[in-house]
Amino acid sequence: MSARERIAGNVANYVDERTGAAAWMKKNLQKVFPDHWSFMLGEIALYSFVILLLSGTFLTFWFDPSMREVVYEGSYEPLKGLEMSAAYASALDISFEVRGGLLMRQIHHWSALIFMAAIVVHLLRVFFTGAFRKPREFNWIIGVGLLTLGIVEGFLGYSLPDDLLSGTGIRIAEAILQAIPLVGSYLSYFLFGGVFPGVTFIPRIYTLHILIIPGIFLALITVHLMLVWYQKHTQYPGPGRTEKNVVGYPLMPVYMAKAGGFFFIVFGVTAFLGAVASINPIWLYGPYTPGQISAGSQPDWYMGWLDGLVRMAPPIEPVIFGYTLSLNILIPGLIIPGILFTGMALYPFIEQWITGDKREHHLLDRPRNAPNRTALGAMALTFMLIALINGGNDLIATNFDLSINQIMWFSRIGIIVLPPIAFIVTKRLCLSLQRADRELVLHGRETGRLVMMPSGEFVEVHEPISPEKAWLLTQHEQNAPLQLEEKDARGVRRPGLLKSKLRKRFAIAHAEQVAKPTVEDLKEIEHH
Amino acid sequence: MSNEIEAIKDPGLPAHKLRQTDVDPKAAARAEQQVAILFLLSALSTVLFIFSYFFISTETFIFIPLMGEQNAHQLFLGLGLAFSLLFIGLGAVHWAKTLMPDQEVIAHRHEFRSSDSDREDFVKTAKEGAAAAGLGRRSLIKRTLGLAVGLVGVSPIFLLRDLGPTPGDELKTTSWKAGSRLVTDPGDRPIRPEDLEIGSVAQTLPELAPGKDHHSLNDIAKDAVLLIRLRPEEFNLDAERLSWTYEGIIAFSKICSHMGCAVALYEQSTKHLLCPCHQSTFDVTRAAKVIFGPAARPLPQLAITVDEEGYLVAQAPFNEPVGPSFWGRSK
Repeated sequence: MSARERIAGNVANYVDERTGAAAWMKKNLQKVFPDHWSFMLGEIALYSFVILLLSGTFLTFWFDPSMREVVYEGSYEPLKGLEMSAAYASALDISFEVRGGLLMRQIHHWSALIFMAAIVVHLLRVFFTGAFRKPREFNWIIGVGLLTLGIVEGFLGYSLPDDLLSGTGIRIAEAILQAIPLVGSYLSYFLFGGVFPGVTFIPRIYTLHILIIPGIFLALITVHLMLVWYQKHTQYPGPGRTEKNVVGYPLMPVYMAKAGGFFFIVFGVTAFLGAVASINPIWLYGPYTPGQISAGSQPDWYMGWLDGLVRMAPPIEPVIFGYTLSLNILIPGLIIPGILFTGMALYPFIEQWITGDKREHHLLDRPRNAPNRTALGAMALTFMLIALINGGNDLIATNFDLSINQIMWFSRIGIIVLPPIAFIVTKRLCLSLQRADRELVLHGRETGRLVMMPSGEFVEVHEPISPEKAWLLTQHEQNAPLQLEEKDARGVRRPGLLKSKLRKRFAIAHAEQVAKPTVEDLKEIEHH
Repeated sequence: MSNEIEAIKDPGLPAHKLRQTDVDPKAAARAEQQVAILFLLSALSTVLFIFSYFFISTETFIFIPLMGEQNAHQLFLGLGLAFSLLFIGLGAVHWAKTLMPDQEVIAHRHEFRSSDSDREDFVKTAKEGAAAAGLGRRSLIKRTLGLAVGLVGVSPIFLLRDLGPTPGDELKTTSWKAGSRLVTDPGDRPIRPEDLEIGSVAQTLPELAPGKDHHSLNDIAKDAVLLIRLRPEEFNLDAERLSWTYEGIIAFSKICSHMGCAVALYEQSTKHLLCPCHQSTFDVTRAAKVIFGPAARPLPQLAITVDEEGYLVAQAPFNEPVGPSFWGRSK
């Protein structure tokens, strides 16, 4: 035994005698993780969170979260002598006086954007492959919570420097708060410590941004990962993969190297973006004052859809019994986002209600094999995309020389008309793909080789596909829609008829599919 | 349920294919070298990082094709950090992909549901625990505990009460009073009608109260006013609103009636004011009537005239609250 092995052994012995960790480690170092590029999306989000913690901690050493008025004396000439908040002045100092400060600010902002993008794409992957199904409903809800929290955290973060752009964002948030019936102006006064903008807002959101919300993040991410660990990862269908197994590589050493390496790659790419791609150049905006604004005011992309909804809202603001109800703010700013996010959080339960399926699922769906779900996702995405486009309508108008009024009207009509169209088109596409799969299994692959038959007819030679491919295309379940009895055993109509009728309609729509080849189909083909 | 007989059978996990590095010791040695080179590149990048930190002045600018003028300190510091991280990652992944075992293994899943006996035991233990504590029997304890815990939970809400004052009438008032002079922002100079050319716009605030040396942001958030001068015949106003203008000069609150952004874009040819936040568009000739966008109310108009010295002043305070709507706005 070498000296190094002896020391390692002693350390391991010392720890194990006090914790009993060896048994746990033995089992978990061999833990199997399936391999697929789409499983790295959640990893990107996780690593971005770590990068955010590291770069954010660096920024706190110099950032002064105070709205005290100071006169700028730093090295950035155009702002010299100007009155501004200490928060903005210290953000400028981080950018110009602290070596590496600007780099860290840019890394922090870039990784926030990447964090949110990774969460969204990860969520789409989970949705379209049905990974949220039993037993993973809790993790889906935690994920939706993390997404929501991320939007809030990001907004608070870019509000902190107190520049002209971010101050405008806070003003809009204040208006949304103020629009809440009955208590709105009170909530706003409590948050801002009085009239907008006041002097307490930045220190308050700073505590939320660097302490409370990251703490909740940390707790939720821990539970999220522990559940992934405990429930084992889902896997894509394929030869040898079943509902009862996990096929992949062991944690030690392959995944440690790959995942650890991937962390450095994500960090490296983020740092590269921070080095070469300028983001949020706050010194160009100037300090916040409520009487001014910069043209083309844009929130970060993950807030853009919300701003787009607010922009397209019709000007409805009834006064009821003398009280003002700002529906033009409440509907796009609170009600629609509330419905969207609640619906998203509840989706696993809604689908379960429709299918009546109470079994565990560990094999992922190919999106085409769940046409209704895929179509619903496409519909929601279309809605969000139009909202997002409208959130940038001013930039689109100036860059592409279009009329802003036309873009707004396109969005107002499009957001109602296009999502249903997206649903229908996607559903048809999925069914067509299923039909193509069926053709492929029954008739094989087109080779492009033409052969002349003795009769003079030309036919294309088809080649059978591999058994692995054939299995992939046919392994999925095709369940008949849930059967619901309208009358019970005694012939009495069940209560809640409307609900069960609705459920039946949904169940039939959800089960719509192109039948995969049966044994008879294959036999028939063989005779040809 | 699913098809009774599956037409195609699962062929099982495909056979493991050996990589070049598994069979050829030379290929393996080559891969090892590649990994080492990647790690070395990372180390070199850290050297670049440290060098940039100390030896490239923060005032050095260099020209980079496609990127233009760049701060060399910032750029090389960032690139050094980026590549030092990136190459560690690439090295580790290359190592895993070429030299570590790539044989897929199978692990088994177990149902998460506890066994029936465990479940029964759990229910029994929970019931016994509750019974031992007497939760069912001692209802006095249960109810008083509920009361106590409920009240303790309420107390933090009281503690948050002092986060801010109640609004009172503050949202409905501004600093504008009858006779307040309109002064330029910035500059605080009083304005004569002849200072404004036809078609021009000026941002103004009420003159500072005696003893104050600058406008607070809280005041600007409600007081900011835009002055616009048109030809008097261009207005399309009723008699009252027309009497609020002076020789073609009209004054509006600059704070958007939608969400409080500064309505800063004035289009001279159409005489429209546009809010850059949500594109609400107001027609200046018709007392800032909303002609497009989500705003539901015109911008409040400030009645103006001139004082005996010939400076523009407010005839009266705003006759409605400025800025975004709130529940008790019209009360």
